[in-house]
Amino acid sequence: MSKPIVATTSLAGCFGCHMSILDIDDRILKLIELVEFNKSPINDIKTFTKEVDIGIIEGGCCNSENVEVLKEFRKHCKILISLGECAIMGGLPALRNGIPIEECLHEAYIGGPTVQLNKEKILPNDDELPMLLDKVYPCHEIVKIDYFLPGCPPRADLIWEALVALITGDPMKLPYEVVKFD
Amino acid sequence: MSNLVKFRIDKTECMAEAGKYIVEAAKENGIYIPTLCNMPGVKPQGACRICTVRINNRLMTACTTPIADGMEIEMDIPELNDLRKAIVEMLFVSGNHFCPACEKSGDCELQALAYRYQMFVPRFPYEFPQKEVDASSTRIIKDQNRCIFCKRCIKSVKDEQGRSYFAFRHRGHKLEVVLDKELGMSMSEEKAEQAMQSCPVGSILVKEKGFSKPIGKRKFDHSPIGSDIKL
Amino acid sequence: MKDTVKQILKRYGNDKTRLMDILIDIQESSGFISGEAIAEIAHAVGLSQVDVEQTLSFYHFLSTKPRGKYAIYLNDSPVALMFGRDAVRMTFEKEAGIKFGQVTEDGLIGLFDTACIGMNDQEPAAIINNRVFTRLTPYRVREIVKHMREGKDVEALMNESYGDGKNQLPSLRAMVSSNIRRKGMVLTDDYEMGTVIKSKLPHLSPEGVIAEMKHSHIRGRGGAGFPTGLKWEFCRRSKGEKRYVICNADEGEPGTFKDRVILTEKPELVFEGMAIAGYAIGSDEGLLYLRYEYRYMKDYLNEVLENMRQQNLLGKKIAGIEGFDFDIRIQFGAGAYVCGEESALLESLEGKRGEPRDKPPFPVEKGYLGKPTIVNNVETFGTAVKIILHGGEWFTQFGTEDSTGTKILSISGDCMFPGVYEVDWGFNVTDMLDMVGAWEVQAVQVGGPSGTLIGPEEFHRTLGYHDLSTGGSMIIFGPQRNLLKDVVHNFMKFFIEESCGSCSTCRNMSQMMTRKLEKILNGKGVPKDLYELKSWSAVLQASRCGLGQTAANPIVSSLKNFPSLYEDLLQKDKDFDEGFDLEAAVKDSCDFVKRVPNLNHH
Repeated sequence: MSKPIVATTSLAGCFGCHMSILDIDDRILKLIELVEFNKSPINDIKTFTKEVDIGIIEGGCCNSENVEVLKEFRKHCKILISLGECAIMGGLPALRNGIPIEECLHEAYIGGPTVQLNKEKILPNDDELPMLLDKVYPCHEIVKIDYFLPGCPPRADLIWEALVALITGDPMKLPYEVVKFD
Repeated sequence: MSNLVKFRIDKTECMAEAGKYIVEAAKENGIYIPTLCNMPGVKPQGACRICTVRINNRLMTACTTPIADGMEIEMDIPELNDLRKAIVEMLFVSGNHFCPACEKSGDCELQALAYRYQMFVPRFPYEFPQKEVDASSTRIIKDQNRCIFCKRCIKSVKDEQGRSYFAFRHRGHKLEVVLDKELGMSMSEEKAEQAMQSCPVGSILVKEKGFSKPIGKRKFDHSPIGSDIKL
Repeated sequence: MKDTVKQILKRYGNDKTRLMDILIDIQESSGFISGEAIAEIAHAVGLSQVDVEQTLSFYHFLSTKPRGKYAIYLNDSPVALMFGRDAVRMTFEKEAGIKFGQVTEDGLIGLFDTACIGMNDQEPAAIINNRVFTRLTPYRVREIVKHMREGKDVEALMNESYGDGKNQLPSLRAMVSSNIRRKGMVLTDDYEMGTVIKSKLPHLSPEGVIAEMKHSHIRGRGGAGFPTGLKWEFCRRSKGEKRYVICNADEGEPGTFKDRVILTEKPELVFEGMAIAGYAIGSDEGLLYLRYEYRYMKDYLNEVLENMRQQNLLGKKIAGIEGFDFDIRIQFGAGAYVCGEESALLESLEGKRGEPRDKPPFPVEKGYLGKPTIVNNVETFGTAVKIILHGGEWFTQFGTEDSTGTKILSISGDCMFPGVYEVDWGFNVTDMLDMVGAWEVQAVQVGGPSGTLIGPEEFHRTLGYHDLSTGGSMIIFGPQRNLLKDVVHNFMKFFIEESCGSCSTCRNMSQMMTRKLEKILNGKGVPKDLYELKSWSAVLQASRCGLGQTAANPIVSSLKNFPSLYEDLLQKDKDFDEGFDLEAAVKDSCDFVKRVPNLNHH
């Protein structure tokens, strides 16, 4: 039987969840034995080269590119996992969700205390740039997500347990300490 | 003394003094019934509905219902546990609860209940409501993003004349818990501390104080809420 | 202004349990309740300011901002919409030059939406400075606004003839019609005020009154259906020096208006019923909790009370019976449907937010001001007089075994003769529709939004506590009505607006279910949504009061009885859609940075 294929991505996230994947320490060697990685920052494969069994999403959707990547993942992956608070509920980027988008852009590019060089008050509007969404969306409010692993970041043990359970079909062991939101 | 009555919670035979609220009576018998708005020493509110149990096929709040002889209480059953989980989820989506950035994370009772019921994702859509942060008081911050309307501050934080520092404003979905402008300005340090302690979540914070306990040392880091209740 | 506030406070003895009266009087004298007034009240009654605002901000008709010299509250019930509310609303907006929810810059006119004002048989209707204007049309609106600009008195704006019956009395002078179309034992004119008090009570002990009530098997007419005799007995047996008789005239269930009609045409009957109840439970004080929408009846009802006092039907040693002292005071609400729930009503009576109480303790043990209290509906008190007049046994010959006596129905919507009908319990829906002249009927809302929406296959069902229970509201919808959009959605918005917010369940769930309904109405629905609507609604069962427990009924009952209305709107080819719309989501940011959205980027 061929190894299950895994893909990962980070949308509006900080890569902390990916770091937590690496935090499984030496079990990573076991993981490589268990699965094959396709599109992922871990191996730097940029586009899907085959159909994938498990897609892991870090981060929520703050712009049109995030939406596009997420939909691409849904298309190519049998199972999708929202990994971490940002994918599940927008996370820290979603702190902007109560604030009108005009105010956010103004603060970031024109009026904010750290804006020093933008004398012409240019707002980024090149057609090549992703378009900002009105708020940061949890992934499951855009495409169907099959599993959710909370945490900021999710504990490495939780990620490991979940992946092994998915691959082997064994039930997940969830000690109290591994499911946390911070 | 002679007022002891027998009752049953699920399969457990219990005894307690008649007239005690079910939550308390259960506790004396080593049974934890989850609560959120309930607070020792304050008249129960029945606001959060987390402690809902079933008696005679009727849903009742265990924090407000006195125990009576022969009562048969259904408590730890899948249907009610799912209801409690749904309420926790509803409280999460109806406010803005960013646990990773909250001073109360690890000590928060709402979060602890979510852990207890293994909430991985709420079943309801996130609302991301627009809320204010009131920092006008010299002592405290009232962050409306995190308020769950439990009334604990309203009922417990009073001045010497019995006047409330906090009160509801508006109703229904527009409800807010607001701090009295006048009283908020003259708040003592102890009052501020009491207010923060009364809040089960991170909606009331004493200014310039936060993240005082490291991860690993917080109340609910290692054991679920309610695990202190045993015989 | 400070003096006015001081005077008002003095009028109520700086008593915080009279906060409702204090706030209403200030609102009426100044048009709003200012920050200074709040500070003044707080100081005088010994509350924090925020605590005063806690009560104030709960009620729809109280405001911290001016509401206009003419404050116009236009009813927002489905029946108003069916009979031309939109045209009336737009004319008001056009003529006043403002939107609803606003006040004109000169402070002359304020436009506000308001929940059902109990005029469903004469919609569209509005309340303007406590006077009710019925059967509004765009022409009338233009005329009214013109007269407002000319500075005319509200009384002068009512240039139409007054309504029927007692609405024409000098102390009432209301444009409202009573529209009584069928009389039974309660509405009959064949009764002389005070007969029971003068000729029956002297020969009947309080226990005897309760025994007759129990024997009659009458159940509460407000909707919940608790046996009235038992309630009175429990209260009489409760320990306490003081007991209270409360008449619930909060009639807020959209579509019901029969209490308004009873109080207009037969107020003496209701007050006499309260006095009989006072005699039965051992109470010397009664309160009529009247919804603010019926403020126009204030002088009239006080006149009736005064008249009864003069005839010694109220007051001391009534009808010469030693120890039978009883009097009645009118307490107004200020716009909150939930106050129709008896324990919320008690909270409101005590000058607080109308938040229902957890039970036990029940009001019969601990009610108004902590004293044993009975709370009964207007109709129940009116009916009680007839029970004591003719005896409990006589009463049981009417209606059915389970639901004895008559029921006064408020019937409105798509029918020839909307109005008030007193029928025996056990009446079936088909007969009812034939009685009121409803020829083509798509659905009937039985018991208002908290009741059920039924279709023709259920019209054989009968009215009664065992089958179709109703507090009296019956709304008929013809085939031309869009039930989901115009009825169910409207009712859900009503529940969102009227939730007290205390329970987590009701505060949030009606909102979440309404969002889902809107998603389905917008063509974004998938089959999963219907399943979720059903399963989510179960959460509401854990709410404290009837409002919360029934807040999903508009959706639940229409989904059960009219599933195809929902199914037809679902997307056939999809099983997932949470309603995300990329085009809408990027619109604001693209507009702001001045770029054309490119929705098919790669």
